[in-house]
Amino acid sequence: MADQAVSLPAGAGAVGREALGPSGPKPRHVFSRRNIFLYGTLIVMAVYYLLPLYVMVVTSLKGMPEIRLGNIFAPPLEITFEPWVKAWATACTGLNCDGLSRGFWNSVRITVPSVLLSIAIASVNGYALANWRFKGADTFFVILIVGAFIPYQVMIYPIVIILREIGLYGSLSGLVIVHSIFGMPILTLLFRNYFASMPEELFRAARVDGAGFWGIFLRIMAPMSLPIFVVAIILQVTGIWNDFLFGVVYTRPDTYPMTVQLNNIVNSVQGVKEYNVNMAATILTGLVPLIVYFISGKLFVRGIAAGAVKG
Amino acid sequence: MAMTAANGTSVSIQDLSLNFGSVSVLQTLNLDVAEGEFIVLLGPSGCGKSTLLNCIAGLLDISEGRIFIKGKNVTWEEPKDRGIGMVFQSYALYPQMTVEKNLSFGLRVAGVPKDEIAKRIARAAEILQIEPLLQRKPAALSGGQRQRVAIGRALVRDVDVFLFDEPLSNLDAKLRAELRVEIKLLHRNLQNTMIYVTHDQIEAMTLADRIAVMKGGVIQQLDAPQTIYNRPVNRFVAGFLGSPAMNFLEGELEAGPTFKTDGVSVPLERYAFDGTERPTGACVLGIRPEHIAFGDAAKSMPFSASGSVEIVEPMGSDTLVWTKLGGRNLSFRVEAERTLRSGDPVQFGFDPARASLFDAATGNRL
Repeated sequence: MADQAVSLPAGAGAVGREALGPSGPKPRHVFSRRNIFLYGTLIVMAVYYLLPLYVMVVTSLKGMPEIRLGNIFAPPLEITFEPWVKAWATACTGLNCDGLSRGFWNSVRITVPSVLLSIAIASVNGYALANWRFKGADTFFVILIVGAFIPYQVMIYPIVIILREIGLYGSLSGLVIVHSIFGMPILTLLFRNYFASMPEELFRAARVDGAGFWGIFLRIMAPMSLPIFVVAIILQVTGIWNDFLFGVVYTRPDTYPMTVQLNNIVNSVQGVKEYNVNMAATILTGLVPLIVYFISGKLFVRGIAAGAVKG
Repeated sequence: MAMTAANGTSVSIQDLSLNFGSVSVLQTLNLDVAEGEFIVLLGPSGCGKSTLLNCIAGLLDISEGRIFIKGKNVTWEEPKDRGIGMVFQSYALYPQMTVEKNLSFGLRVAGVPKDEIAKRIARAAEILQIEPLLQRKPAALSGGQRQRVAIGRALVRDVDVFLFDEPLSNLDAKLRAELRVEIKLLHRNLQNTMIYVTHDQIEAMTLADRIAVMKGGVIQQLDAPQTIYNRPVNRFVAGFLGSPAMNFLEGELEAGPTFKTDGVSVPLERYAFDGTERPTGACVLGIRPEHIAFGDAAKSMPFSASGSVEIVEPMGSDTLVWTKLGGRNLSFRVEAERTLRSGDPVQFGFDPARASLFDAATGNRL
């Protein structure tokens, strides 16, 4: 640039060139009307959703005398973690008095195998439906989609009978099977659409290269599909962790998942309502889905976008 | 030039039909490709050329007929067992693998020993000059490099037949011209049979030993490029090949033989009719713009006429001039140095021996 400027004839020409360019720093509009509306709306929405969480956290850190004063928005005068300990380890639910810890481990033992099993099956389903057009594939797919819209309540009792007949009623493995089956329609749909959006030629190239059904899936398709696997994991972890209905119907008090235990703690009618313990228990129960969202938020958005837009 | 037939047949397609439900995509199609031949399947989109290629590759199950590759009936064989390598329009490289892994994937699936894989990759990389790229992922390659890798993937498989499905269509014009030459060189060096699908007539003309022009699932003409260009069998082939396109004049064929249209009569003594009989009736005369002489050269032609310039299209290397003959638009080429303007009087003429006559009803060559 400097060389050019030198080679230019001095005088009016050079001055004219300078005058053409922008002078001074680019003006910034921090308080433009657009920004005020945008950030104003965002802040209002954030406060709206964060306020209950704030109340919960604050209440869970107060002792009962302080809660009785009634200032629910006030920060705790004396911070105590006793309600958290009680919620986790000693709160009574029915006969057991070992708090939410039992439910937590039950939930883990339900969620992990359910998530793995349902995603493993549904991803292969979706892959087969998208890439290996077998006879009756369309009919199968329609049936699967219809399955997604049948209310769960219709099937509760038949499944109770089925589980009883095969001897899995009340056990964790029974609940794992139920969760895996009910996750199937939506997950298969998710995977099918994702795989269908992948370039067909990639699949053909892999076939020319000699890869078979499993080879193409495991070595080509699955490694390319991390975002959709993350979406599926999030959907399933939150869905299964937060499930109450199946948990209360298909398990016994010993094997209750965390949500059912939480309900039993919060809704117990005997004695004093320990709001601080209830709040701590609720936060503890909600922590797992929350952490999953925080860790994988970016991938989740990418996966959802990739599933929606043809790549 | 056309057939190095002495080496025998490499790919033979016999009575192939393909239906999707009630839609017939390919109809009793026959095609024999000689060993080492470069065949181009050319046609507009939807003519079935890519479908035919996928049938040869075994990626589509055919409805009827048989496919032989190297004398072996491969009609129901898996793609990998057919001895083919395929290059796709969108490159279809595996995005999560490096170039080296992309090249070796097929070999690893087939369980080829490691040192053999390394040897073949080294050879392919050298031929295609992609050695520095071996450790990169496809996302870090340019379009031309990706297509090279895609060709390499077919190369390492050590196959008899290469199938190209519009391999250059996603590249820009300059790169396309470069890679076109490279593919031609590759064919000269490897001497493999190659079947190449394209809708680009320049690629077809420059690469092919023989071109199969397709329309509606039927091969219209299968011949050497020059024959297809100069003696198209029907009006579709005549119009599809050539840019700028052939001029068509509708008129009557009369005994003599003479072609008549709106006060113009073209003597056809020098025209080589396809059959021995001399038909008469409605017909179409086709003449390519570059076969029309201009100025003084026109006067010595068996047919000449005069008119005035309508518009001029300078193309750089030459100039296309539009005029009228018998009330119909006619274009011809002149050297770029000629400066003609709209309204200028022009003298033009052509030799009917270089023209093509088509039946007006069937479109077939007369």
